[in-house]
Amino acid sequence: MLTAEDKKLIQQTWAKLGGAEEEIGAEALWRMFHSYPPTKTYFPHFDLSQGSDQIRGHGKKVVAALTNAIKNMDNLSQALSELSNLHAYNLRVDPPRFSLQFLSQCLQVTLATRLGKDYSPEVHSAVDKFMSAVASVLAEKYR
Amino acid sequence: MVHWSAEEKQLIAGIWGRVSVEECGAEALARWVQLQTCPSPARGHWGSFHLSASLPRLLIVYPWTQRFFASFGNLSSPTAIIGNPKVRAHGKKVLTSFGEAIKNLDNLKGTYSKLSELHCEKLHVDPENFRLLGDILVIVLAAHFTKDFTPACQATWQKLVGVVAHALARKYH
Repeated sequence: MLTAEDKKLIQQTWAKLGGAEEEIGAEALWRMFHSYPPTKTYFPHFDLSQGSDQIRGHGKKVVAALTNAIKNMDNLSQALSELSNLHAYNLRVDPPRFSLQFLSQCLQVTLATRLGKDYSPEVHSAVDKFMSAVASVLAEKYR
Repeated sequence: MVHWSAEEKQLIAGIWGRVSVEECGAEALARWVQLQTCPSPARGHWGSFHLSASLPRLLIVYPWTQRFFASFGNLSSPTAIIGNPKVRAHGKKVLTSFGEAIKNLDNLKGTYSKLSELHCEKLHVDPENFRLLGDILVIVLAAHFTKDFTPACQATWQKLVGVVAHALARKYH
């Protein structure tokens, strides 16, 4: 459960990224495709070469969705409702992968490489919990 | 048997070599041997970025893992966990064991055979926790090495922690 302190840490951390959102999204995706090749199976229609426009574009979308979620942490279900429908009925990403663990891990590695020691245990914990909460909402309608 | 490319071995050795030196530093090494701990109060936050702080971080980020360390004393807050001497000592043990794995990449099953039995029969640790610790170790490395922890580095280390977790789970019954 996200505490008030967790929410504050997440907002502060996200604010530190100032403007680099697109790069961070693209890098997180690239890391995910590189460390967990099976995740590529969901993007057969993409050019998955490093720096591709499609990876950049999709990274930007993912980060925008997370930014929106962070602005609405008290009501994630509603904020992510459309995306939840999309992932359940349309995209149907396999739920275990979809516990977003791979994307969460790679996003956190991307954040950690930028924040260094500022990616403290407390920040790490808050972000991990947040990503879990997002994943739960996105998987809500699977069945 | 897991296959490691020359590039992967290089990415592992390269990172680990820098970790081993930075862990203690030449001058601190003697004190470490004496005090059985890696001191560096001057480095401030360094404490949480010490690689063996992966274990305390596991206990903070996934609090249910504290169930395995009930006898370790005060685990009531992140500060208490990070400062807890038993946790630190155990963190070092885990790290040392990891170092052994890196020296024996071609025989991880053999290297971890006894430890696997121990974690199953005596410690009763759910192997899922090895995966969690592995992921935390990767994040700690990322925070420590920042941009040097490239996607290629991460991919190699995710593979390594995955293989170690697998080897540790292998003797479960």
